[in-house]
Amino acid sequence: MTITCVINNKEKNIEAPPMKRLLDVLREDLHLTGAKEGCGEGECGACAVLINGDLVNSCLVPVLQAEGAEITTIEGLAIDERLHPIQQCFLEEGGAQCGICTPGMVLATHHLLDKYAQPTLLQIQEGLNGNLCRCTGYMRIFNAVKQASLVGAAE
Amino acid sequence: MNTSYLRAGKGEGGTPLKQLGTQEKSTHNHQLNRDCSLPDTVQTTPILRAWVDFVLFFTLLMARTPQIVGQSPPRKEGVAKVLGRAQYVDDIVLPDMWFGATVRSTIPRGRITSITFDPGIPWHEFTIVSAADIPGENCIVHLTKDHPCLAETHVNHAEEPVLLLAHPNRAVLPAAVAAVHITYEVLPAIYSIEDSEKKEQIIWGEGDQANTFKTYLMQKNQVPIPDEVWEKADFIVEGEYRTGAQEQLYIENNGVIAEYDAEKGVTVRGSMQCPFYLVHALTLVFNLPAEKCRVIQTETGGAFGGKEDFPSVIGSHAALLAMKSGHSVKLCYDRSEDMAATTKRHPSRTRHRTAVSKDGKLLAGEIDFAIDGGAYATLSPVVLSRGTIHAPGPYNWPYITVRAKAMATNIPPHGAFRGFGAPQSIFALERHMDKIAKVVGLTPEEFRRRNFLSTGDRTATNQLLSDPVDMQHLLKRALKESNYHAKRKQFDRENPTSTIKRGIGFASFFHGAGFTGSGERRLASEVAIDITSEGRPRILVSSTEFGQGTNTILCQVAAQTLGLPYEEVLIAQPDTRVVPNSGPTVASRTAMIVGKLVERASTQVLERLRAEADLPTPHTSTDFKRAAIHYGEEIGRLEVCVRYESPGNIFWDDDTYSGEAYPAYAWAVYVAEVAVDTTTYSATVTNFHTIQEVGKVLHPILAAGQIEGGVAQGIGYALYEKCLWNNGHMANNQMTNYIMPTSADLPPIHVTFEEVPSPHGAFGAKGIGELPMDGPAPAILNAIEHATGISFTEIPLLPEDIFERMTRPTDTGTESLDPAVAGPIFSEATV
Repeated sequence: MTITCVINNKEKNIEAPPMKRLLDVLREDLHLTGAKEGCGEGECGACAVLINGDLVNSCLVPVLQAEGAEITTIEGLAIDERLHPIQQCFLEEGGAQCGICTPGMVLATHHLLDKYAQPTLLQIQEGLNGNLCRCTGYMRIFNAVKQASLVGAAE
Repeated sequence: MNTSYLRAGKGEGGTPLKQLGTQEKSTHNHQLNRDCSLPDTVQTTPILRAWVDFVLFFTLLMARTPQIVGQSPPRKEGVAKVLGRAQYVDDIVLPDMWFGATVRSTIPRGRITSITFDPGIPWHEFTIVSAADIPGENCIVHLTKDHPCLAETHVNHAEEPVLLLAHPNRAVLPAAVAAVHITYEVLPAIYSIEDSEKKEQIIWGEGDQANTFKTYLMQKNQVPIPDEVWEKADFIVEGEYRTGAQEQLYIENNGVIAEYDAEKGVTVRGSMQCPFYLVHALTLVFNLPAEKCRVIQTETGGAFGGKEDFPSVIGSHAALLAMKSGHSVKLCYDRSEDMAATTKRHPSRTRHRTAVSKDGKLLAGEIDFAIDGGAYATLSPVVLSRGTIHAPGPYNWPYITVRAKAMATNIPPHGAFRGFGAPQSIFALERHMDKIAKVVGLTPEEFRRRNFLSTGDRTATNQLLSDPVDMQHLLKRALKESNYHAKRKQFDRENPTSTIKRGIGFASFFHGAGFTGSGERRLASEVAIDITSEGRPRILVSSTEFGQGTNTILCQVAAQTLGLPYEEVLIAQPDTRVVPNSGPTVASRTAMIVGKLVERASTQVLERLRAEADLPTPHTSTDFKRAAIHYGEEIGRLEVCVRYESPGNIFWDDDTYSGEAYPAYAWAVYVAEVAVDTTTYSATVTNFHTIQEVGKVLHPILAAGQIEGGVAQGIGYALYEKCLWNNGHMANNQMTNYIMPTSADLPPIHVTFEEVPSPHGAFGAKGIGELPMDGPAPAILNAIEHATGISFTEIPLLPEDIFERMTRPTDTGTESLDPAVAGPIFSEATV
């Protein structure tokens, strides 16, 4: 079937079986490989994208649910080759190690800062707890989020 | 010192600056005919030699500006990572690429009696590979040739690979795998160290080696413990401690893409730590020379040891499918397959028997250390070795005997995982130390203070600690920074009236950096630096980046030595056709061993440009670029290669298991605070302090990130991560029910470094990556004993374990030293 949606501010008509996972459509059909598959069951958050502003695990979403939706992937965050402030803070604060969780983590941060421009540590911990990171122990990620909130990454 | 010869230009035309003796090239060597420097035989004394190195190091450090080493520039590949553009193996698509899948055994042990293919599947569309298709040996070589690439007649563990399938459409593979029916004559399987020791079922080896991959006897000075030491001891304290399997749980699963060409040979790219290990495996499976086995590391999404030995398996499999199908083949596991079928941390059992005097001096120790290696040897002998050497910890033992063995079971083979045997034996020791302190009547800190190793002492392998060691200071600082004494008093006061029992405990430990014993000498690692056509230096190493910061720290070391901005230095993607074999990326060796080689190679690049291309001293980066381009245009391609030079004062004897076990050690004290909820029986770590002496910290942000990440894995190891086995199958092979810490589960982790530069590492660096895995588990269980009065001796310690113990009817709520209740055996010697 044909699915029409907006991905990273561009309208897309996607031909795909309705139950194909959004993650696979992004990666295979649209070559947006920034979303990663870590577990395939919605635990790790490596495949996270924003759908209509909500943080969603794209491995759990059949593409038919994307009909009419506005989707942002990590590829849609940087503007004109400049790092988004959140990305800049992850880079500078050591929030990315192996990098495989980073796209999901950056989008989760974006979602969190939309909700709370100046989140407390507890809000950060809860806001990111759907995104697993095995490398950092999360401390540098918290620093990156705090730094991003200070530079006003929310807008 | 550090002389070498360099080649100018491509091909064979290089002129040695200095002709050195012939050398044997092992099959591990890279395929390029790259000449590498051999060290001169240095006639200075070892101590003078070390001292000269040390002074040179400081001179270098002081002379250069700007300072790059010790700063925290952004990681080299960081921009690509935060943009989501870094290319991991599953992001890569090759033309006409097919996809692979693995048909695995469904039973833990048996003889294969038939394999049938369900007629409902269009099998003609598939490529099917069995053991019969292997052109070389049916074996994945690590240390011994016991591990089949594909099972032929027998299976020895569940999830053992039997057949491989490939198809152009990834989506049809799971149904095809399920449509291959294998029948077996089932044989009895064994799942524990104890069952393996009984030898009722022999599943590996024969005679003395039956079920036993490796044994070691480590005895200080090769002297057994005299009977009178036991007879005259004021106390003899015994204990038994156990640790479970742990999944590495890198977020990117194991995966590779293989290509095959009858002329060119095999090319495998993928997620891995050690490209040359895979080259070695492929040479055997395909019966090809190393130059026809090319391996390229792609961006790697975490590894932690889980991509040290295993890529040899998945890489060989994908290459076989590529050969037979005539297509490139991508073989990427999903999470459940990765967890069920790939290696994990070895489970362990450690038994301690310790003689102590009433003034709290260790008199003698007997340690029996056993690990469960699973069905094949993989790296178990070296994991056992590191565990053995770390078993006595940072203490002075007049007599110590460690008997160690790696046993076979019908569990999928265990393999490398950060710490590599040391977290297991250190867990046992640091729990046991608290127990001894209690028996002797000293505080845990006072008991340790009376027994710490210090500068000038000798370790259990008789290694002289000539570099400064100050555990007394580290302990004092750790207790102060964690506010240990005040917290202990506060919790003692509050606990009796609270349902939340709080506690504080610590562990003191060390971790050796680099390969064990003669390993570095045997590896003889090589590092090269060449100059690009733009006049930029490029580091060529097989050391891989998988998050820990290899790219960044090696570029810092080169930039500092070359007197260039960090941004100017490049590092090549590890491709065995391009880079020399700088050894595997394991054993906390990269910063120290490879870093030092990068430092040496950089120095030689400068010398070369000064001698032949008029590079002024001092120089600007413009001067460097001009000289480098001039060299390339007028003389030829500049490439410098250096080879590991064993320090003159490092000797190891495998027969007596004695000598310099590691070039350098990192030393640490970790303090954990816990809260045990007596309503839910869950234990939580509420605060965590780490103090460590790691030599020069090359990059403070990356280094702290290593410690924090390691502590998080250590907390998981202690309290959350349990592999459940059901007839040899991992039953919880999902992230849903194998629980690793989330952002909401971790306490604040405080990191303090002390820096005593080591003469062995780049700018004084020692190893850092594995250290933080060692301390958390014992520190946490020591804290839980403080909180609850109960001495737990086994990890992982889950709420159900705490519940079981706290509600046991005979238990009084405080630790009973009655062996029937306490688990570990305690006895007081009759004097």
